[in-house]
Amino acid sequence: MTDTLEAGAYNFAYLDEQTKRMIRRAILKGIAVPGYQVPFASREMPMPYGWGTGGVQVTAACLTPDDTLKVIDQGADDTTNAVSIRKFFQRTAAVAVTEATAEASIIQTRHRIPEAPLSEGQILVYQVPIPEPLRFLEPRETETRKMHELEEYGLMHVKLYEDIARHGHIATAYAYPVKVEGRYVMDPSPIPRFDNPKLAACPAIQLFGAGREQRIYALPPYTAVVSLDFDDHPFEASKAPHDCDLCGASDSYLDEVITDDAGGRMFVCSDTDYCRSRCEAGHMGRLGVPQQEAAE
Amino acid sequence: MTLDALLGGFTETPLQSAQAFRAALEALSRPGQIETVTGATPPAPLSVAAGVLVLTLCDPTTPVHLAGAHDCAALRDWITFHTGAPLVGATAAQFAIGTWAALAPVNRFAIGQPDYPDRSATLIVEMEHLAAHGARLSGPGIKTTAQLSLPETAAFAANRALFPLGFDTFLTSGACLAGLPRSTRVETL
Amino acid sequence: MYVAVKGGERAIDAAHAWLAEERRGDRTVAALSIDQIREQLALAVNRVMVEGSLYDPDLAALAIKQARGDLIEAIFLIRAYRTTLPRFGASNPVKTAEMAVVRRISATFKDLPGGQVLGPTFDYTHRLLDFALMAEGEAPIGLAEQGAAALGTLDPVPHVTEFLNRDGLIETEAPSDGTPPDLTREPMELPAARPLRLQALTRGDEGFVLSLAYSTQRGYGRTHAFVGELRIGSVAVEMEIPELGFAVEIGEIELTECESVNQFKGSKTEPPQFTRGYGLVFGQTERKAIAMSLVDRALRWKELGEDFTGAPAQDEEFVLMHADNVQATGFLEHIKLPHYVDFQSELELIRRLRSEAMAAITTTQEAAE
Repeated sequence: MTDTLEAGAYNFAYLDEQTKRMIRRAILKGIAVPGYQVPFASREMPMPYGWGTGGVQVTAACLTPDDTLKVIDQGADDTTNAVSIRKFFQRTAAVAVTEATAEASIIQTRHRIPEAPLSEGQILVYQVPIPEPLRFLEPRETETRKMHELEEYGLMHVKLYEDIARHGHIATAYAYPVKVEGRYVMDPSPIPRFDNPKLAACPAIQLFGAGREQRIYALPPYTAVVSLDFDDHPFEASKAPHDCDLCGASDSYLDEVITDDAGGRMFVCSDTDYCRSRCEAGHMGRLGVPQQEAAE
Repeated sequence: MTLDALLGGFTETPLQSAQAFRAALEALSRPGQIETVTGATPPAPLSVAAGVLVLTLCDPTTPVHLAGAHDCAALRDWITFHTGAPLVGATAAQFAIGTWAALAPVNRFAIGQPDYPDRSATLIVEMEHLAAHGARLSGPGIKTTAQLSLPETAAFAANRALFPLGFDTFLTSGACLAGLPRSTRVETL
Repeated sequence: MYVAVKGGERAIDAAHAWLAEERRGDRTVAALSIDQIREQLALAVNRVMVEGSLYDPDLAALAIKQARGDLIEAIFLIRAYRTTLPRFGASNPVKTAEMAVVRRISATFKDLPGGQVLGPTFDYTHRLLDFALMAEGEAPIGLAEQGAAALGTLDPVPHVTEFLNRDGLIETEAPSDGTPPDLTREPMELPAARPLRLQALTRGDEGFVLSLAYSTQRGYGRTHAFVGELRIGSVAVEMEIPELGFAVEIGEIELTECESVNQFKGSKTEPPQFTRGYGLVFGQTERKAIAMSLVDRALRWKELGEDFTGAPAQDEEFVLMHADNVQATGFLEHIKLPHYVDFQSELELIRRLRSEAMAAITTTQEAAE
């Protein structure tokens, strides 16, 4: 594997130019019709379907040698699949990489939107497993395509309303559906619903790639994105009712870490870059360590 | 085919087309924003920017329509040699290139199907000038409002009314390009 | 203090090194050569070529070796390699009627022109472990040589379905010069035309296609299939060379072709006719070819004016969207990737729902007291 990926063996950013053109055209159509899933002829990548092949193809079609790439999985730069994808692009595109959200021009992500606000000039690429928000209500593509065409989203509202009837709340905690520019219902990928508000009016370009399902969709900057809800049950972006035990942040999405066999647990930021930069700035949580000490 | 047809393409395709695509992506994602591109030196009357778009987006799978003065032997040969795109009439085109006057009436172009709105044409409109003033734009990609020197507003407003169907547009002048997706609302100031 | 898990890259490198060691196994045992795999595990090689959509026995053997014998992993390796290959053009359709057959059987006629040629088949072997192979003994070669020598004299044999067709007893497919779609280059669009369905079935997982075919035999979309003909052999691959203006033979491939003869169709205006199912795969891969022909036939219910009975094998979207084992295994196995962010969001929600429910129960009990 290592040897065959040496420079020259494959094209810049792995994909051949015709494939990139095909993906680029799909991305532009996605931008033109925000929230609509554009079919594209997804290629077999040297990593398994379901492991980010859609995101990787979108990133490969966007990358230039001047980019700085950040790859996160579950908000973290050091999870194994993030490491693997980052390494793939270092090898095939010799691109600069970073863990700092603000320094990245392209961020490929799985399951999170970074905590630090994004800016113009950045592109956020989401890995998407099931792009069709209606898929779990109607398994047939031929049917869901018709439902999008006719703006027939009643089924989704019925599902959300049944949740309320049973649980008193909408019981969708992640991949919470949104409506884009008042037209298409869209799956924001399995981000926690805590992240949903960040989808709207975002200065960065947001691109979504689903390799196995052969779909690309997009949100241009500053697009109107509304999480589906009801007047009497408004959407609520929730998280664990704790502060980060390392950096003390009260505004970030938290991972729960089990620390012993006796029910001990701690909460830490899922966004590792956000947590680290707060710690470096001197913030400290319940179990945090002062910076000088940590450096020793 | 003359020797000229063989010249004026990208010299480092992977890198130049990547940079050009990013410019096109930014332009279409932020209507009103004008991008500058380089890398193509197509025969007249095609502008550098339109030439870059053609090299970046067109290939044997994308039928291209050349309108008016752009439908000349030099350009036909250049596009055929560098992209392999079939040259077709307006209704079959995935990309259509010409001045606004030559492209009219624009309701000839594909606007997609209700179940596949992506199957629509992209117009590359060659302009004398391109500037960030003129018609007022709002919609996806625009924080509040933006302005762009559109050739007219009525046709674009009519196109917006078809949303999610409609054609998408790049405006080109010299090395400059701007984007106007079908989602943009257009008003005369 | 708590230190977040780090070192993903080192862990990955170490895992790869360990994998390489495990793949090699005990170093006192000689390493397998690609030639050995290609020659002695030929049916595994064939399956990898079929589902990998690439006719290259050496690369398929390499993939099997690299994948430690995991055929789906080997198919994946071949697919990922194939997608990077430049395309020089398309061959002419192969002429299976001119196949140099090594095996050709028909279940619909006792004897027929060209004869029944049993060929190298497991069919009538008694499934008894051959301990001579374990002792690394060799089978006597005399008989095999006789068989091969006899075959060398065979002329091309006509398709069985042609005999039926002569009397109009079986439907004919209208010939077409259309370019078949290619699902490796275009996104799948439904409903799919038959050429696309056939491509998907050829690439589809053997086990999946086998089970679907079996389900039609047991009544889930029954089509009363007979094996009209199963033939295995070599065909020439020809390609038009525009500069030359004629077709040139660029090689030879081994194929298995199965044509099933199925239940009649007919109407007030048309007399009844048998219908067909079709299977075509690389190499000697006959289980797959037969299964494919049954599923192909089951999927044709609409064009043949039959009823949709809700059988899985009749359901084009169900079959085509789930036949690909590289897609299926990727998505199945991706659930071992971290999902703790999503899980956390559910934990938080379920805790909240439970605490509200408990509070409600307590309030009710207090009110009752």
